[in-house]
Amino acid sequence: MWAGKWLGWVMLALVRLLTGAQARWWGCPPKAERRIYFANHQSHLDLVMIWAALPHELRSITRPIAARDYWANTPVKRWITTEVFNAIYVERGGTPAPAAEGEPLADPLAPLQPLIEALQSGDSIIIFPEGTRGHTGEPQKFKSGLYTLAQMFPEVVLVPAWIDNVQRVMPKGEIVPVPILCSVTFGAPIALAPGEERRVFLERARDAVVALRNV
Amino acid sequence: MNALRHLTPEHQVAALFLIVFGLLTIVSATLFLLGLRERRHPMHDERWREELAHLVKLQQTTWVMVVAFWIGWTLGDTAATVLFALISFFALREYITLSPTRRGDHRSLLLAFFVILPVQYWLVASAHFDLFTVFIPVYTFLAIPVVSALANEPNDFLERTAKMQWGIMVCVYGMSHVPALLLLEFPGFEGKSAFLVFFLVGVVQSCMLAQHLVGRLMERPAFAPNVSRGFNWLGWGIGVALGVFLGALFSFITPFKYGQAMAMALIACVAGSMGHLVMKALKRDRGIPNWGRRGTGVTGANGLLDRVDSLCFAAPIFFHSVRWYFGI
Repeated sequence: MWAGKWLGWVMLALVRLLTGAQARWWGCPPKAERRIYFANHQSHLDLVMIWAALPHELRSITRPIAARDYWANTPVKRWITTEVFNAIYVERGGTPAPAAEGEPLADPLAPLQPLIEALQSGDSIIIFPEGTRGHTGEPQKFKSGLYTLAQMFPEVVLVPAWIDNVQRVMPKGEIVPVPILCSVTFGAPIALAPGEERRVFLERARDAVVALRNV
Repeated sequence: MNALRHLTPEHQVAALFLIVFGLLTIVSATLFLLGLRERRHPMHDERWREELAHLVKLQQTTWVMVVAFWIGWTLGDTAATVLFALISFFALREYITLSPTRRGDHRSLLLAFFVILPVQYWLVASAHFDLFTVFIPVYTFLAIPVVSALANEPNDFLERTAKMQWGIMVCVYGMSHVPALLLLEFPGFEGKSAFLVFFLVGVVQSCMLAQHLVGRLMERPAFAPNVSRGFNWLGWGIGVALGVFLGALFSFITPFKYGQAMAMALIACVAGSMGHLVMKALKRDRGIPNWGRRGTGVTGANGLLDRVDSLCFAAPIFFHSVRWYFGI
């Protein structure tokens, strides 16, 4: 336990030295309530950035999701992800969107099960609804996991976040990060309107994230 | 002043810091009381209050800088060099953040931050003056484009390489000349090189401050409004004149005579203020008012480059003038 804490402290110092890890609470204050932070996804370091940008009090009760094939493929990475970031593993790709309207899925909740458990136990979570990393800088379409969670937990606050510049710190395929200032902007919470359709809601959520790029 | 001369160099530097801290305390107290009075009985307009807030901010940065210098001086030359290396690092980080780079630049950036910067400061700390003055203009000048070319990305090649070379020249090469002053050995001036750093920083920053305040208080048409709305020859002249005057005033702490001190102050002030203007032009080209994350936020090193850019341009010219003139 102490090793995890110590390493967390070292990593925090390192991330701050390299990127500044600046949090900009633009649309809502940092608050210890149950929240789902959803952000754009451009680099594996997104997880580290948003973890470092949160205030200390919230860091211990906010659990980021981590792609299992990247973050758990070596024992060291697995140890860091569990001990330091307190992350939840998910399979890459998130929930697949149904091909056609009304078509039944095998089990849409299965990949979300770990997130549901975390929310039920009172933690906040950080998710990247694009599922995979984008390359263009423009976020891809959101996967439907966010919608499902918003339906299941109507009392949880949904906070959009824009992570800026991280892809320049460590482009795909590189292992040493370059010092470049990054920031995480948190926007005004959105809520699922009664009877709102999945596509409409996901598009609105994506717009809320993109809108933070230029504030 | 005679009493000061009889002190040991150590005590002289300490006395100097005491005077600076005293002056700063008086200024801070005045600003604080003004703000307090204004809050109880508002008697000035919005603009006046904005100016006050601006001054308070300026005074806060000055405090931070003076305390940093003081810590650097107490811990010795090596610690001071490390301190300036850190300032270089943060300044270069800001510069690179706002200069769009491509994926192919990644290795060159690593080279700049983790090899060139430490090596340059190591050369300073170990007083390899011959290599230190040519390391970046000669060797890095080739190394950066070679690494970029090996990354196999030809788009905007000249632009990217030039931006990086520029950033390294300003933030690393320029800044590294400040601690290099600590290691210059004037005959009969041993142990007092900290005064040279103080002289350079004090003269250049006072010049910039005066120029800035004159620009804000006296509305004059800007000379190059597309680059800087605040720059005019009157403000510039007043700033440089103040710098030269201060240089003459402080000549007793340097190895220079009156005339020499004034000439050195003139060189440093002209280089510093012109360098600041050049950085303003760069910022305008990028479409930003300040370096740092879009000029917002208060954490980290935001806007550091705004404060030190004049020093980055003044230090190399000052250093070489001193070395050339005194033949050391």
